[in-house]
Amino acid sequence: MIIRFFHQMGSPRYFYKVAGKLIPWFMTGFLITLVWGLYNGLFIAPPDYQQGESYRIMYIHVPAAWMSMFIYVVMAVSGLISLVWRIKMTEIIVISSATVGASFTFLALATGSLWGKPMWGTWWVWDARLTSELLLLFLYLGIIALHSAIEDKRVAARAVSILALVGVVNIPIIHYSVEWWNTLHQPASITKFDKPSMDMSMLIPLLTMAISFKLYYGAVVLMRARAEIIERERNSRWVQEMVEEEAK
Amino acid sequence: MSTLSLTSAFSLLLKRDLVLAYRRRAELVNPMLFFVLVTAMFPLGIGNDAKLITAVGPGVVWVAALLAALLSLDSMFRSDFDDGSLEQFMLSAHPVSILVLAKILAHWLVTGLPLFIIAPLLAVLLNIPASAIPTLMLTLILGTPVLSLIGSVGVALTVGLRRGGVILSLLVLPLYVPVLIFATDAVKTAIVGIPTTAQLSILSAMLVGSLVLAPMATAASLRISLS
Amino acid sequence: MSEFFAMGGYAVYVWPSFLLALIVLVANVVAPMRQRRRVLTDIARKHRRARKQQR
Repeated sequence: MIIRFFHQMGSPRYFYKVAGKLIPWFMTGFLITLVWGLYNGLFIAPPDYQQGESYRIMYIHVPAAWMSMFIYVVMAVSGLISLVWRIKMTEIIVISSATVGASFTFLALATGSLWGKPMWGTWWVWDARLTSELLLLFLYLGIIALHSAIEDKRVAARAVSILALVGVVNIPIIHYSVEWWNTLHQPASITKFDKPSMDMSMLIPLLTMAISFKLYYGAVVLMRARAEIIERERNSRWVQEMVEEEAK
Repeated sequence: MSTLSLTSAFSLLLKRDLVLAYRRRAELVNPMLFFVLVTAMFPLGIGNDAKLITAVGPGVVWVAALLAALLSLDSMFRSDFDDGSLEQFMLSAHPVSILVLAKILAHWLVTGLPLFIIAPLLAVLLNIPASAIPTLMLTLILGTPVLSLIGSVGVALTVGLRRGGVILSLLVLPLYVPVLIFATDAVKTAIVGIPTTAQLSILSAMLVGSLVLAPMATAASLRISLS
Repeated sequence: MSEFFAMGGYAVYVWPSFLLALIVLVANVVAPMRQRRRVLTDIARKHRRARKQQR
């Protein structure tokens, strides 16, 4: 049953239909968790002992950073599947995820800067996390640039899948090397920044926001995928018929 | 028609690329010249502060090496792509990843090895103490092949594109960062006099890793670019 | 209420962060919608032209 489901999802036409039904659910879930998470994070959670109110940026910054990495992994796995099994839909998932992923990475960097300025005194600090995140942004931008430079969409999708795979292998290496590079120059006071133990009243909104962003990604990647599908399949009969239907 | 063994095919391709490069030997000097010039620019830009120059020296040498590698990458597949021989290699009965390895080796011998050879001169220009020069050369001999190997994946993905060079830098430089970090750290550590086994081990690991993985990725990328 | 907006003096950092998040979230929803709309109207336009030519 499940295998049949995956088989059917591999067909762009079926995917288009199912995705269309799923998107409202994802969006609703996203909005509910967003409101609940922000309400708890901004109103209920107490100010931080060391950082006062500025720590609340964390409710955007940390989930955004988590998403930037999660989306890249989804891209790489989809890329692997499309290279090995040549499935159209996974190719489409790769490129549908790139812009959202890059956006979250940018958001993590920008909010990291805004969080860092009151905490560390400067807009940019070469700390291990921000530097790795910056390199991740470059990896995303490379994928977007390569995809738009290649005219044939199917060739573009496969080229980008390889790039995503090469990137995903390198991400732990990059992260580790930046950590190494960073610990050589970093005074201890800054590493106290991310204490692993967090009060429940702060942790719950944070996790809620993380779930919220994941639901958002679900909605957006399906929306982008649907747009890509009709773009690619525009000459197929089912798309033509669908347009005829709408024109009536 | 007799079939070649894999080793013969490998050495034949290697020899061919080296001969072709030798015929254009005036061009071979370019990456090396660039390397020296860029390195020389930095003290001129920074000012005549000896300690400062030593402090930035390792970083400058390696950034210049990265840029020189980037500049020279295009030549790896360009001429073969233009005259159609690249497609012929793809049709060969031999595994493409091994043929690609031959091309990468030729490319490195021609563009990476000269950087290694000229490094002592640059160490003098940048006030890097003589005690650190062996480490500098070690990082270059370990690191420049990695640059060629990782770079080959990027070139393979962009070889068919019109503005390939610009995208190539965007694709490849983030992947070069770990090499940069550990190489410069090794030299800086050597300047202070502390043993550098950790950094050099990691560089060696990167070399072995990319030696194994990059040719396959490059072969797959070539197949996609030429499709 | 104004205390809430002041965010303990960090308002100039906190609120732009949330605003940026809002912009990013909205942009990534609007963009695919517009792309889909664009392709559909493009196809519809070609249909109309084809039908006109048939007459």
